[in-house]
Amino acid sequence: MIAQQLLNGLIVGGVYALFALGFTLVFGIQKILNLAHGAIFTVGAFVSWYVVSLGLPLLLGILASIVVCGLLSMLVEFVCFSRLRKTGDEEFGAIISSIGAGLVIMTVVQRLSNTRVLRFPFETFPVRIYEFAGLRITLLQLFMVGCAALLVLALYILIYRTSFGRRIRAVTDNERASTLVAINPNATYRQVYFISGALAGVAGVLVGLAFSSIHFAMGEPYLLFAFVIVILGGLGSILGATIAALLFGMMQTLTIAFLPSGLTNTIIFLALFLILMVRPNGLFGKEAAGALRGRR
Amino acid sequence: MLLEVRDLAVNYSGIQAVRGVSLDIAEGEMVALIGANGAGKSSLINALSGVVRAASGTVTFEGAEIQRMSPWSISARGLIQVPEGRLVFSALSVEENLLLGATAAKGRKAQFGLAEVYDLFPILKERRNQLAGSLSGGQQQMLAIGRGLMSGPRLLLLDEPSLGLAPVIVSQVFRALMELRAQGLTTLLVEQNANLALSVSDRAYMMEQGRIVHQGPSRQMAEDPDIIALYMGQTA
Repeated sequence: MIAQQLLNGLIVGGVYALFALGFTLVFGIQKILNLAHGAIFTVGAFVSWYVVSLGLPLLLGILASIVVCGLLSMLVEFVCFSRLRKTGDEEFGAIISSIGAGLVIMTVVQRLSNTRVLRFPFETFPVRIYEFAGLRITLLQLFMVGCAALLVLALYILIYRTSFGRRIRAVTDNERASTLVAINPNATYRQVYFISGALAGVAGVLVGLAFSSIHFAMGEPYLLFAFVIVILGGLGSILGATIAALLFGMMQTLTIAFLPSGLTNTIIFLALFLILMVRPNGLFGKEAAGALRGRR
Repeated sequence: MLLEVRDLAVNYSGIQAVRGVSLDIAEGEMVALIGANGAGKSSLINALSGVVRAASGTVTFEGAEIQRMSPWSISARGLIQVPEGRLVFSALSVEENLLLGATAAKGRKAQFGLAEVYDLFPILKERRNQLAGSLSGGQQQMLAIGRGLMSGPRLLLLDEPSLGLAPVIVSQVFRALMELRAQGLTTLLVEQNANLALSVSDRAYMMEQGRIVHQGPSRQMAEDPDIIALYMGQTA
């Protein structure tokens, strides 16, 4: 029973990792809390649902979500943050600005969906259950964990093993110095926002598939979870957010399975406070400025 | 001329840091820009690299006016600044810093690759996997110059390479500059230490209060009694 819940927690944690990584990526490079991230996640689920409801394959829906959410995230950066950065008042201003952007996106989604709760058609994903060493896992769960693992690995390689990632880390480390090696920081920021939005979009699709419930406010709890995960993992740390997301997922499923209902969030936040008392920069954060500056 | 600067002015909140400066740099020259602290040398070099916007005047680099361009467009053209205070990417490794320089080369034939930079500064090869932020000041200066060289510079702007370094490290850095001069790299060397700057350069400009007040061959300037009295005595 515990092993089964841990497995379920790992699968959910993988999806949380996708969502939180986009959030922490933006924080790592710009020190901005993008509170419109939850709304972008919601759009991801709706876009895929729309594509699938047209009779097109799910993979096409996921691709469409990646493109739409990536572009939407770039638009949020352009409208909410790019001007603020020039004033040097981005940290607080960006929080307010991104809350506004999130509300606008949610309202548009609410209008377009008539506040309905939507579901992917039943035949979107084949229902198959596998048993292994006494554990049950569905094909959808395998797909979720595969998607999450692939994207987290791809992000890690992109950031730490490619010249593109080197440019991102250079801008994070010292924006002024980066301009002297022919890097356009504005273009780099836009690219990071695209990646961040794309990850949120995929997470939205996977959550929509897993819980068979797509509605305009579905991103809100995930935004709160992302906060917990990125603080737990160390602000801006990719590896930290990934591990923290998996721990968070397991902690959540275990508390849901074994404790009275309604205690889940209390337990999770209590654990967060206790961890922060011992490690104020999170489990893996070396400094509050963000470990995206480091090697991992 | 590789670089032509005409009547360049730079203002900071109403204060004129650079006042109508004109200078030229030909291909293959090493030109020194000397002057006391606050003379406007760094403001001038920052205006050339696009880090600060010139209030008036023109900067022509390889026939194109660049004074309104962004710093990344200017560095992409091969006008590479090695800034004062080194500004290395402290959380990236030494080799990653150098490779970032290579990405700025943008298809220009780079005279310096990793091997050449490591030959020039062997300590960087030893420390290639170390974080740049953990290097000493002198090693960071070598890294900043190495990164500039990897960028395939058509013109290298070196801002105060001796600043804050121990004399033994300064002589190492300047030995490397002599080697670069011998290889024909076009360089504008900004230095407070007039003795050193005049000893390695072909020509020199001297700035005072935002203006060019002397110019000529470095050897000739090094023997000018006024310059000796004003600057060289202090820096010997």
